[in-house]
Amino acid sequence: MAVMKGADAVVQALEREGVEVVFGIPGGASIPLYDSLYSSGIRHILMRHEQGAAHAADGYARVLGRAGVCSATSGPGATNLTTGIANAYMDSSPVVAITGQVATPFIGRDAFQETDVIGITMPITKHNFQVRSVAEIPEVIKKAFHIAQTGRPGPVLIDLPKDMQEGVAEIEFPEEVSLVGYRPTYEGHPKQIKEAARAILDAERPVILAGGGVIISGASAELMRLAEFIPAPVVTTLMGKGSFPESHPLSLGVLGMHGRREANHAVTESDLLIAVGTRFSDRSTGMVSCFAPEAKVIHIDIDPAEIGKNVKAHIPVVGDARRVLARLLQVLAEMKRKGRSREWIEKVKLWKREFEPELDYDDVPLKPHRVIKEIMEFLGEDDVVTTEVGQCQMWAHCYMRRSKPRTFISSGGLGTMGFGFPAAIGAKVAKPEVKVLDVAGDGSFLMNIQELATAVENSINVIVAVFDNRYLGMVRQWQELFYDRRYSAVDLGSSPDFVKVAEAFGAFGIRVEKPGEIKDALKQAADSGKPAVVDFVIERECNIFPMVPPGKCLKEVIG
Amino acid sequence: MTEEHFIVALVEDRPGVMQRIAGMLRRRNFNIDSISVGSTEIPGISRITMTVHGDRLTLEQVMKQLNKLIEVVKVSELRQEESVVRELALIKVNVKSERARAEVVQYASIFRARIVDVSKQSMTVEITGDEEKLRAFIELMRSYGIIEIARTGKVIMARGARNVRVREMK
Ligand SMILES: Cc1ncc(C[n+]2csc(CCOP(=O)(O)OP(=O)(O)O)c2C)c(N)n1
Ligand SMILES: [Mg+2]
Repeated sequence: MAVMKGADAVVQALEREGVEVVFGIPGGASIPLYDSLYSSGIRHILMRHEQGAAHAADGYARVLGRAGVCSATSGPGATNLTTGIANAYMDSSPVVAITGQVATPFIGRDAFQETDVIGITMPITKHNFQVRSVAEIPEVIKKAFHIAQTGRPGPVLIDLPKDMQEGVAEIEFPEEVSLVGYRPTYEGHPKQIKEAARAILDAERPVILAGGGVIISGASAELMRLAEFIPAPVVTTLMGKGSFPESHPLSLGVLGMHGRREANHAVTESDLLIAVGTRFSDRSTGMVSCFAPEAKVIHIDIDPAEIGKNVKAHIPVVGDARRVLARLLQVLAEMKRKGRSREWIEKVKLWKREFEPELDYDDVPLKPHRVIKEIMEFLGEDDVVTTEVGQCQMWAHCYMRRSKPRTFISSGGLGTMGFGFPAAIGAKVAKPEVKVLDVAGDGSFLMNIQELATAVENSINVIVAVFDNRYLGMVRQWQELFYDRRYSAVDLGSSPDFVKVAEAFGAFGIRVEKPGEIKDALKQAADSGKPAVVDFVIERECNIFPMVPPGKCLKEVIG
Repeated sequence: MTEEHFIVALVEDRPGVMQRIAGMLRRRNFNIDSISVGSTEIPGISRITMTVHGDRLTLEQVMKQLNKLIEVVKVSELRQEESVVRELALIKVNVKSERARAEVVQYASIFRARIVDVSKQSMTVEITGDEEKLRAFIELMRSYGIIEIARTGKVIMARGARNVRVREMK
């Protein structure tokens, strides 16, 4: 127990949680906090927009699997964070956001830079707190980290009125906290697991569907054992990409609207779907009424509210993916298995060969496929790819093989343009020893391009690969396919010159127009010793195929 | 099949908890017919009673989504036939004539309601009961001219051995 200032208590509590980095921007309502940070061991990375701070914390969290922290001042600082918080919420990412707030006596009086950030962020956080006394600060922070990082992770916001930062109190740091209303279930119910095992042994055409929960719970090894034991092909969602090596013979890649045909086919024809850590997003399932129409569904998820929300589960198992899969493997090993014909596996492998996409184009302007292929060759399996949103994201999603969890970081649920670049910054801060590359669209990159200053000032040497089609390409594609090519508000024109922008910020910039130059440009970017922007001039109206049109079944693929 | 379901939630009594619940219900498009809040046998824990219209799946989702809120400690469904359901209403009626006055007093006594306020123009009746009883009484009062009605929303408690309580509290 010691008497100290609230702001010091915040910083010490953060240190006790193992926080090494905070991404943020200070302001009037958080100056006391920043004063305490100034003399602490915590590294603060000054971002150029609070949205960037939230995404950076998110990218950091996704790469490391523990909380990323961002901070903003009250009012506009806090509202600027909201897109990043909503993004983390949709993708179950443990972000802790700390906002300054006007002093308690001013709350409710429309004081300068007062916003009801608690009200605003209620539906986009797992939980939020407004500190009401200096003495409760350590407990609030401990609870925030506990909630953010356990169960189904998610963002938690702490609103810190200025007088709470400045005030002094007897401070005690609790070793643990208890929350009566929050007790996630980790162990799956033995009866359900047994039933799942029976269904697996009875199935003729089983498919494993792995979602982001597999990555969050660190269940990749168990997933692999299960796939090989059955054996069953594995498809993943966008969030699950990397949970199972896409180079593995049993991998069918991603499913969904821009999934691989083999993945969508397999799910549609399966008689048993083993879904692990997925919420059955509409982008993954297509029309639900014809999603896996013949399959019995085993749904393993730590969030009971996901069971039966979008897709009916025949055998629900609530629990942590890793623990449930480990137990399931034990149960399976103890049961008698009958021989299963290899017909299904052979069929699936045939699809896989048949639908192998062509990537090796020599066209000028560049085909995005070729760029993806060369990026794949350029990166090692531990390097991290982040993405923006749009066609660029879906090209990476569909064609780029990833083999390890936490090496493919993308905005899945919210689909946030502008996510990839600041997330890459966060990822690189988390893992300075690996290459981090943002697969970017020109439109998306412009949404947080100011973070080039952050990257340059802090020598955070990430590579932004701009898939430069001078279009809001994904919207243009929909207009082409479903709105008679009426290209309404999608042409980005000729501004800016991304190479010059990069250089103006002090980063490395290079333009690539021919396929033969891709490899060397990537190498130059990596060797530049600076953050780098590689501007790939791609075919303007190239579409991302295959595609399941909205409202259609996974099997109704076009392109 | 859509029907009426009763949900009881025990929640931590903290600032904003009602907003969290109301916001979640609206956001997820759940249809709540009645909601009432009050304190419980444990300090710091409030009891929320709500009635939801919908099929089984909707009911399940409402309960699960409620449970996900950190400050919600416990969520239970109570079946009407196994429970006591009550609501209190205050009804202010026009009673201009002596005869009207006498009749209202009489009806109130038949319904075991109480006259809690009287003026030259009006009488206020307090009535407690289940939905049917309240509806029937309010219907009767309409002919006199209802000035105001204030209802609490339903509260519900399981009969006999079944309890909705917080198991352990620090
Ligand atoms: C913040 C935000 N605004 C708008 C959208 C809608 N939207 C989805 S994809 C897209 C186009 C993205 O363009 P670009 O980044 O150039 O990628 P491309 O599709 O051309 O590869 C738009 C506008 C969005 N997802 N996010
Ligand atoms: Mg574009």
